[in-house]
Amino acid sequence: MRRDPRVILMGEDVAGGATIDHLADDEAWGGVLGVTKGLVQEFGRNRILDTPITEAGFIGAAVGAAATGLRPMAELMFVDFFGVCWDMIFDQGAKLRYMFGGKANCPLVIRTMIGAGMGAAGQHSGCHYSVFTHMPGIKTVVPSTPADAKGLLAAAIRDDDLVVVFENKMLYGVSGEVPEGEYVLPLGKADIKRQGSDVTIVAISRMVHQALAAAEALAADGISVEIVDPRTLSPLDEETILSSVAKTHRLVIVDEDNPRCGTATDIAALVADKAFTELDAPIKLATAPHTPVPFSPPLEQFYIPSPEHIVATVQQLLG
Amino acid sequence: MTVKDAAPSAHALDKSALLRMYEQMKTIRVFEDRAGKEFASGKVPGFVHLYAGEEAVAVGVCSHLTDDDFITSHHRGHGHCIAKGVSVREMVAELLGREAGACSGKGGSMHIADVNKGMLGANGIVGGGFPLASGAGLTAKYNGKGQVVVCFFGDGAANQGTFHEGLNLAGIWKLPVIFVAENNGYAESTPVTYHMSCRDIADRAAGYNMPGVTVDGLDVFAVYEAAGEAVARARRGEGPSLIECKTYRYYGHFEGDAITYRTKEEEESYRARDAITSLRNSIIKRQVATDAELDAIDAQVQNSIDLAWQYAEAAPYPAPEEALTDVYVKYP
Repeated sequence: MRRDPRVILMGEDVAGGATIDHLADDEAWGGVLGVTKGLVQEFGRNRILDTPITEAGFIGAAVGAAATGLRPMAELMFVDFFGVCWDMIFDQGAKLRYMFGGKANCPLVIRTMIGAGMGAAGQHSGCHYSVFTHMPGIKTVVPSTPADAKGLLAAAIRDDDLVVVFENKMLYGVSGEVPEGEYVLPLGKADIKRQGSDVTIVAISRMVHQALAAAEALAADGISVEIVDPRTLSPLDEETILSSVAKTHRLVIVDEDNPRCGTATDIAALVADKAFTELDAPIKLATAPHTPVPFSPPLEQFYIPSPEHIVATVQQLLG
Repeated sequence: MTVKDAAPSAHALDKSALLRMYEQMKTIRVFEDRAGKEFASGKVPGFVHLYAGEEAVAVGVCSHLTDDDFITSHHRGHGHCIAKGVSVREMVAELLGREAGACSGKGGSMHIADVNKGMLGANGIVGGGFPLASGAGLTAKYNGKGQVVVCFFGDGAANQGTFHEGLNLAGIWKLPVIFVAENNGYAESTPVTYHMSCRDIADRAAGYNMPGVTVDGLDVFAVYEAAGEAVARARRGEGPSLIECKTYRYYGHFEGDAITYRTKEEEESYRARDAITSLRNSIIKRQVATDAELDAIDAQVQNSIDLAWQYAEAAPYPAPEEALTDVYVKYP
């Protein structure tokens, strides 16, 4: 935002307390979980826009602003709310450039929270990035570490296409090294989060951490796990996944999204298509079940693929 | 761009402005009559929704706009394109799916756009334009150069949730957006008297703290004056307006519609008040131009549409692999 005055941020309570006299240019919230704290003090309310609770309205307005010269970031508080503004995302924003024959762009970033684990139940806990990844015209970003979040968000803001950044709310408390100063990662480049030789685990977003915990446990049994973090699902770095499979000859995909027509099956199909002869065993998936996210803690924990679930899946694969 | 203080009166329109209005309205009519004919002959793929009958709205409103101003449109968008200055040749080429089309053949009738002319696209989703227009209004306000946005929509769209969301945002942020309802009496085959809970769409403006007026959409001067006031207000930074134009479409909802829901008498009563004939009569009566001058415009319009069809029919289709381009600016 410092670099480009055309970048604005809009969303529900991204500052909070708009027009409340005693707040002036201070925020009430800085985002529902405080992610955008401090921005309104630096950039003012002309660039940090509190919106009413009107997702179709402001996501659509962000598309309109993007098509006419601004570079908006719109915050869709929880991804589950895509249901009320989906037309603006996939029928308008995602298709605009194509339908206009490449003569207009939609340089829009939508930031949104995903993930179960907070007891937020069925309408505030889903992942749903598979739905977005399915749609041509949308790029999807799923950072798993603070450094990746910084580098990928910067890339998303500078990108000329519609990019949706999925932030797993369970990762906001994770700390890690973050490069100082300008740090921009390419979209479409996976990262190997752990080197290994016996089995490849492709893990997405928070599942990278679950997979790392599982890998530690498996290492104690002498099993060497390689963890590939795609970091972006569209575009997908097929090459890194395929070369890892060529090295380990076994694949597990760990995904917190629902399993049908999802990212895990998509990656499985990719490997089955392009690296079938490299495989020494069937591809295994460890995903959330085909249910909404339940509320009660034991139910919710059952829903999320756990390190134990991943360990069991790998052991099953290795026979 | 200069910010006008007062809305221009239709009486102050000079000869060149009046003849330009006449020429644009005539161009829309001839364009649509020809498009309907060619669609029936099987030359035009997909769906076509014709604007004939409603010309006074697009032209009366767009007369106040420059290329720096934006409009959003809808499925019945050919008239808005022409009034906003989109090339007629490129429009016909787009209807025919040719590479030379306004959208290189990727959009067709329902998605014609030309961002260089501020035309942000026809839209296949009823009510899709409200939030987009408010977003363009945000850009205009942010730019601070007095640009305005016009959101054209039909009576059917007034019942979509996006109507409420788009107008409310424009209202709270005082965006320079003019929402122009083209109430042609029917949402597809369903009459407005059935589908809308109030009589006039303009009544709903009160809910967004913006002026709302209803005008005779067959009278280009009435539209011109109402739009002039709203545009001037928006350029002054005083926020959005809603103008409802009561109008009529001569063709069906789409080409191929048997129009079983309207009577011959009703159609004739509207055709008797035809907007283009009325403007022509007014120009003659005010002695602004002669019949011969207007006939010459008619001939020139007919010629330009004929040439546009000749050009487009001779233009090549895009290579099939072009289907794979333009999804993203860069991927990966």
